[in-house]
Amino acid sequence: MLLITCPHCGPRPELEFRWGGEAHVARPADPSALDDRAWSEFLFVRNNPKGLFAERWNHAHGCQRWFNALRDTHSDKFVATYPAGAPRPDIAAEDAR
Amino acid sequence: MLEIRNRATRAAPFPLAAETIGGVTIAPSPPRTRLSLRLRPLAAAGIGSVAGLVLDGPIGSTSECDGRRALRLGPDEWLLVADADEGDELAARVIGALAGTVHALVDVGHRSCGLLVSGAGAATALSAGCPLDLAPEAFPVGRATRTVLAKTEILLSHLDADTFEVECWRSYADYVRGFLLEAARGL
Amino acid sequence: MSAQAYRLPQGGRIDRTRPLAIRFDGETYEGYAGDTVASTLLANGVHLMGRSFKYHRPRGLLSVGTDEPNALLSVDRGPGRVDPNNRAGAVEAVDGLVTGSQNRWPSLGFDIGAVNDLLSPVLVAGFYYKTFMWPRSFWDKVYEPIIRAAAGLGVAPEGPDPDRYAHRHAHCDVLIVGAGPAGLAAALAAAGSGKRVMLADEQAEPGGALLHDPRATIDGLPAQDWVAQTLAALDGHENVVILPRTTAFGYYNHNHVALVERVSDHLPLDQARDLPRERLWQVRAGEVVLATGSHERPLVFADNDRPGIMLAEGLRVLVNRYGVAPGRQVAIATVGSSAYTAAADLAAAGIRVTIVDVRLAGDCAADVAFAAQHGIEVLAGHTVVGSKGRLRVSGLVVAPLRADGSVGARRTLPCDCVGMSGRWTPAVHLFSQSRGKLAFDAERDAFLPGTHAQAERSAGACAGDYDLAACLDAGFAAGAAAAGVSEARTFQASPTRTGFQPMRVLPTDADPGRVRAFVDFQNDVTAKDLKLAVREGFHAIEHVKRYTTTGMATDQGKTSNMNALGYVAGLLDKELPTVGTTTFRPPYTPVSFGALVGPSKGALFDPVRRTPIDPWAEAHGAVFEPVSLWRRAWYFPKAGEDMHAAVARECAAVRDGVGIFDASTLGKIEVVGPDAAEFLNRMYVNGWSKLAPGKCRYGLMLKEDGFILDDGVVARLAEDRFHVTTTTGGAPRVLALMEDYLQTEWPDLDVFLTSVTEQWAVIALQGPRARDVLAPFVSDIDLGNEALPHMSVREGFVCGVPARLMRVSFTGELGYEVNVPADYGRAVWEALWEAGRELGITPYGTETMHVLRAEKGFIIVGQETDGTVTPDDVGLGGMVSKVKPDFVGKRSLARPDLVAGGRKQLVGLETEDPHERLDEGAQIVLDPSAPVPVPMLGHVTSSYFSPACGRTIALALVADGHARMGETIHVTTMAGFARATIRDTVFVDAEGVRVHARDS
Repeated sequence: MLLITCPHCGPRPELEFRWGGEAHVARPADPSALDDRAWSEFLFVRNNPKGLFAERWNHAHGCQRWFNALRDTHSDKFVATYPAGAPRPDIAAEDAR
Repeated sequence: MLEIRNRATRAAPFPLAAETIGGVTIAPSPPRTRLSLRLRPLAAAGIGSVAGLVLDGPIGSTSECDGRRALRLGPDEWLLVADADEGDELAARVIGALAGTVHALVDVGHRSCGLLVSGAGAATALSAGCPLDLAPEAFPVGRATRTVLAKTEILLSHLDADTFEVECWRSYADYVRGFLLEAARGL
Repeated sequence: MSAQAYRLPQGGRIDRTRPLAIRFDGETYEGYAGDTVASTLLANGVHLMGRSFKYHRPRGLLSVGTDEPNALLSVDRGPGRVDPNNRAGAVEAVDGLVTGSQNRWPSLGFDIGAVNDLLSPVLVAGFYYKTFMWPRSFWDKVYEPIIRAAAGLGVAPEGPDPDRYAHRHAHCDVLIVGAGPAGLAAALAAAGSGKRVMLADEQAEPGGALLHDPRATIDGLPAQDWVAQTLAALDGHENVVILPRTTAFGYYNHNHVALVERVSDHLPLDQARDLPRERLWQVRAGEVVLATGSHERPLVFADNDRPGIMLAEGLRVLVNRYGVAPGRQVAIATVGSSAYTAAADLAAAGIRVTIVDVRLAGDCAADVAFAAQHGIEVLAGHTVVGSKGRLRVSGLVVAPLRADGSVGARRTLPCDCVGMSGRWTPAVHLFSQSRGKLAFDAERDAFLPGTHAQAERSAGACAGDYDLAACLDAGFAAGAAAAGVSEARTFQASPTRTGFQPMRVLPTDADPGRVRAFVDFQNDVTAKDLKLAVREGFHAIEHVKRYTTTGMATDQGKTSNMNALGYVAGLLDKELPTVGTTTFRPPYTPVSFGALVGPSKGALFDPVRRTPIDPWAEAHGAVFEPVSLWRRAWYFPKAGEDMHAAVARECAAVRDGVGIFDASTLGKIEVVGPDAAEFLNRMYVNGWSKLAPGKCRYGLMLKEDGFILDDGVVARLAEDRFHVTTTTGGAPRVLALMEDYLQTEWPDLDVFLTSVTEQWAVIALQGPRARDVLAPFVSDIDLGNEALPHMSVREGFVCGVPARLMRVSFTGELGYEVNVPADYGRAVWEALWEAGRELGITPYGTETMHVLRAEKGFIIVGQETDGTVTPDDVGLGGMVSKVKPDFVGKRSLARPDLVAGGRKQLVGLETEDPHERLDEGAQIVLDPSAPVPVPMLGHVTSSYFSPACGRTIALALVADGHARMGETIHVTTMAGFARATIRDTVFVDAEGVRVHARDS
């Protein structure tokens, strides 16, 4: 069970959280301006890297806030967590080790 | 009017009797006023307090005033708790204090019900299903948070050294009470 | 044989003042408190304890610990308390305990299955894969059933397990796994820091190897006195928790370690009943110290598996800890020094011992001299080429090794017990589970902890330290570092005999194709099998493992993996680490299902959510059905009624009079804030800006992919306040989705969402007389048709309690939904019911609700929809706003596949036979005689008998259904096909006048 640091509540057990997929995939401001290909990319295509990954988490059974995390998908180490809307911290994979 | 003759009375989802097993007593809390207050964090910091209850304390903290409590459950969420008959008055004071400030005040007094878990083994019994560190240094008196108990969500408050309050949505009452009794048996 | 003929006259940590008796295969055996089942049986001269998995070879105890592969017993503590595959050395003896051997028939001594042993030349590695290929059709009917019947060791218990199993989450700063010398020293170091320390050990008492070491001294004290002194010191620290009989079996992310504590199996049977049997601990530790020790390796030689052939250190444990002589005349075969200590301890107990050392005399001179001091004969430079005996070893066949490596003349050493010592394998299981990388250490011929992945340290034998003082020093250092204290300490301890010569398979003069030298005892894998696998092209250890099953038994290869690895590496002429090592996975030792399940059984298996009105429904004979986690009243049968009759009566009551229905489970969300309407505009397909306060509207919500997610009535209470309802099952995901958009996409909107599902009990009054029932309980709301028309909402009082009163209908009749605070729900329900009795008010359940809505063609999300259905597909395309620039799912509605022809569309069906009720989910075809595969047009989504129509009705999703009105289609049934005609979806009151109640 992961130990995840909620930006609001501090380190809490994974049981309280829900995972929400890749972070920083903003909903287009005007979806009607996108052609079918671009819209399907937004809807369905996500990255799945081995290594550092920015992903969404929801502290569902805590403060219920969404936030983002940088997690190494290989080691499951959390390098950083930060509130939704904040930019991805500038941390390179090597620095995270 | 039939509505007067038939004036309804409140019925709690729990049996009213307390039970003690393994030194842990599990007893229903009385019916309460519960108001969910939502307010942007910056606004809360600006206002400071309403009805004597501090809003800008840390997340997870409790503010108390005249027997009323405000539990800060998140950056923009507080649960205001008072006696059952104080709801209208408390709501009026909050609405008055927050006039002109964007907020939401929603009555959730019947949404949940509470159990008092007390005794030297109270924290250990809760640990059967709650993954939080409940040691006094990690979860001191006054701390309150949503978390999980086995397969359901609860609101856990540390009231005094050996007493915790577990609130759950009322449809989970049987499950939560049953789980805590079983947990006390398993100490 | 006299009782306990093999019990030594003194010694051991057993309590000779507390005798006990256990049963094994129907016989009674006496022992003492402190014994295990294994030591009790051996004290009585019983070595034959089981049969091997594949060849049914007679087997005895190999080890005394949890690495035991052979002596797996079934333990019977009474009805429902039968537990298979217990390692005999790990089960504490309890007076009256009933145990039995496994995998034999009719008896352990005479086992028909042993015929497999004669067939062993054909039962080689890959036998199943090679043999049961043909004919293909035989696999399901013949081969698999026979193989399944023959496979398996123990028998699973029948009936429910009556025991209680507890769970506990725990947190500490330092978790120490293993209470041998390294673990105890680590605990000593950490205890003084005041940090929270947990020390877990799988054995009945802490001390580890020190418990069977009468020679060792630590800081001048006999080792066992040092253990007692250390435990007393730790006891004085409130911050230290010691957990005996507790196995750390899983090491997960972020120092989350799972342990299982055996709470009561060691207690007399009558005392154990009120306690949990086991407790599962989930520990989150700041730092972990692994002091898990090591396992001794067997030697690989022909017939090395006879009962009485054991690991040398195990013999030492039996003599020193349990006061049991494993034999009268013991041969010890070794490639290293540690076995000499065992030999000396046996000799000191009066047992005749001969040592066979494969090392040449010049390589073990110091050990030979030590043996001489104890009067022990050593055959140095000798190999073992076989053993004699059947149900118990009677001799060890040895031969000298010549200088050129060839094997000299054989001779048989008579013996009734053999100790093998093939050096040590550090127990790196937990380290490996923590995702640490192992590093091969050539000097120790073992994998040791290498690169760490978590906040963890290994100390003692599990890190390759076999010397006692080194274990203590390393343990103390690890404990101090884990607790963040700078204190350093060195220990004075007696020296430990270490050192060995690696030897994969003992040299032999026999034809290697003919002898069986076991590597994996539990799965009956021999050196010959491994050689065959390599010859057949399996060169990666993970492939060899799966092909031969070596290391895949319940012991996970604790005694066998390193021998297998080393042998395969030798066959491939590679360095051992390049062959790789297998991955260690939890659990370290088997864990009962009971411990994992814990309290989550019976009534606590899963929450059953109950509404405030549930007790009334139960008292009035409702039959319930589960709907998500809720239980809902399904129908209310009267005496003598079946479901069909009850539902028909309930339906008629609603259409003709008035019904009362518990709709409390509906999801409810209060949406509050100046941007509330704008937020709903973005979440729903339809518009909300123009909905006036006091009005309700049916809303439809999509996911971003354009498919229907949920629906429900939304009531506008004020400009900035909406009462949103959702489906029962959809409530959590709708709120979650709304919160997600609000927080992450539109944080600028001033809106707050609060779940009020459980704040309000919802009582639906439906039917032409609904108003008549309700009116007397309401004084501050005008219920008149003009004042409160269909789809409107008022806040006021019902029965004197605050209420949100909605005039809405899911039945097509005049209807109200009375929302009252949940604690008042039952009282209000009872008041309405009592008052309505003279009007024939009828409680109805979810089945009637379903029939009534289907008669009106109302969809149920999740029944008419399945995550691939658009608003247009279900005939609700007209709801989709054309003027809103955007809402969730809008762009997707223009995706090519969502506008293409051939989509399945919702239609009504009428069967040719008005009494034929179609199966929900049944497939629909145009022409049942078409060649297979018959093209599928769609499927039935809802199907009921409709009392109002006097016939069955159905809803279905049919390709291009809207253009097929009047067509005949065929629906699969259990008997074949039923003919049905496609029609529109509204079966009752097509004009929709009844809901407006204009006549009344």
